[in-house]
Amino acid sequence: MTSPMVSLRGVGKVFSGRKGTRTVALQGIDLEIHSGEFVSLLGPSGCGKSTLLRIVGDLLEPTTGAVSVNGKSPARARHDRDYGMVFQQATLLEWRRVLGNVALPLEVTGMSEPERTERAREMLKLVELLEFADHYPWQLSGGMQQRVAIARALTLEPSLLLMDEPFGALDEMTRERMQMELMRIWQETQTTVLFVTHSIPEAVFLSTQVVVMSPRPGRVAAVVDIDLPQPRVFETREKTKYFDKLVEVREVLRTEEE
Amino acid sequence: MSRALRRYLAPALVFVAVLALWEFFVRAAGIQGFLLPPPSEVVRTVSEEWPVVWPAGLFTLREALGGLLGGTFAGIAVAFAVSRWSTIRVGIQPLAVAAGSAPIIALAPITNQWFGITNPLSKMAVVAVMVFFPIMLNMVRGLTDVGGAKLELMSSLAAPDFTTLWKVRLPNSLPYLLSALRVAVALSLIGAVVTEYFGGSRDALGVYISQQAGLTRMAEAWAGIVVATLLGAGLQLLVMGAERALIPWHPSRRLTLA
Repeated sequence: MTSPMVSLRGVGKVFSGRKGTRTVALQGIDLEIHSGEFVSLLGPSGCGKSTLLRIVGDLLEPTTGAVSVNGKSPARARHDRDYGMVFQQATLLEWRRVLGNVALPLEVTGMSEPERTERAREMLKLVELLEFADHYPWQLSGGMQQRVAIARALTLEPSLLLMDEPFGALDEMTRERMQMELMRIWQETQTTVLFVTHSIPEAVFLSTQVVVMSPRPGRVAAVVDIDLPQPRVFETREKTKYFDKLVEVREVLRTEEE
Repeated sequence: MSRALRRYLAPALVFVAVLALWEFFVRAAGIQGFLLPPPSEVVRTVSEEWPVVWPAGLFTLREALGGLLGGTFAGIAVAFAVSRWSTIRVGIQPLAVAAGSAPIIALAPITNQWFGITNPLSKMAVVAVMVFFPIMLNMVRGLTDVGGAKLELMSSLAAPDFTTLWKVRLPNSLPYLLSALRVAVALSLIGAVVTEYFGGSRDALGVYISQQAGLTRMAEAWAGIVVATLLGAGLQLLVMGAERALIPWHPSRRLTLA
């Protein structure tokens, strides 16, 4: 196998509180993510999955251990714009229209105006929102706003897409549609995804690998390979193998609780 | 139609009703004109005295605008420094809150001494100090209450601080600045007129009002107040126009946009 895109060795994170309290958020994390994979971090609240995502994305520094992304330090990778970020809230700039929001990363990198408009329109086509280019974010539904955020995260063609519970704020129906949409986009862009969720079905449906985490302190309980056929489609959720994988992941979580 | 009716007709009716009630009350109770003149007399006096009160109003408006401009620019400048360096913020915030709740109009006799009673600067100084604090405090909030996710987004794009200031903090601060301006505009006229009560140029509106009131020429005094009110309303309309132009995306403007 080729060398991993992301590699974590003995990563730990301790948060120091005001009165000298120390919270061990993560402990002894060893993990490898290979190019083209869709890896989910799954676990209950407080298991440090969002913290782990932020360490990979260089938004937080680990207290112990080593992280490398594309053979570089996370800081180097961030400055090389290797990352695309999608948060639980769409986090669109409300004073910009949809097109301007998608073009934001291109403005930061200093791309010329005609070029970035063309590129942003391409991205909007990818998430099927081109006809909303001139709308303001508040005129869009929550699911559409999140699709704009995904388009924005993909404009710089990042090698690693970091998603922090991106569908957590959506209703169940919208959520399933967004999952299908994300699978299609993942197929088209061939990007590597690190995806944080606390939904077992979501993790199993989307991922090639589910990293099951357990809390206090946050650590990796098991890594479950999800060898369901690609592409994942509507019927995937009706396959026996899909249910087997749900059970397998659920069992890991249960034994961890005991 | 009914919405437009409610929006314009209802306030107009209330306005007319209040004036009618005032008129009726003054006449029915037989109140003497030097205590409270009926509105009909005030209106007549406004048109008679127009050649005097209108230029006086413009004279005072210039003082108010001079102070408003100075105080606003100073407030914005300090806000930038305060939001950039948290040490300055920690040092300055309590002082600003305390000074902001002091009755700054009390400085009027002092600035009259400093700059000379007929010098417009003596009024502008009071106005500038009055508007400085609301502008500064609101602007600091606008520059800093951005939301962690937006800052994480900019950080994930490795955006330089200046880019984040220009593309996120500054647009975010506009609604805060404009709502502070609404307050500041009203304060500026209060500051100018009341400082003139303590003495000022013969061409000034505050001097006119206090002199006429001193001579118990109440209709004339009221005419001066009407002019001050018209100027205040005009300034408010200007700020509302600025809101329409600068923050069409803001929730407060969405009704008119949709």
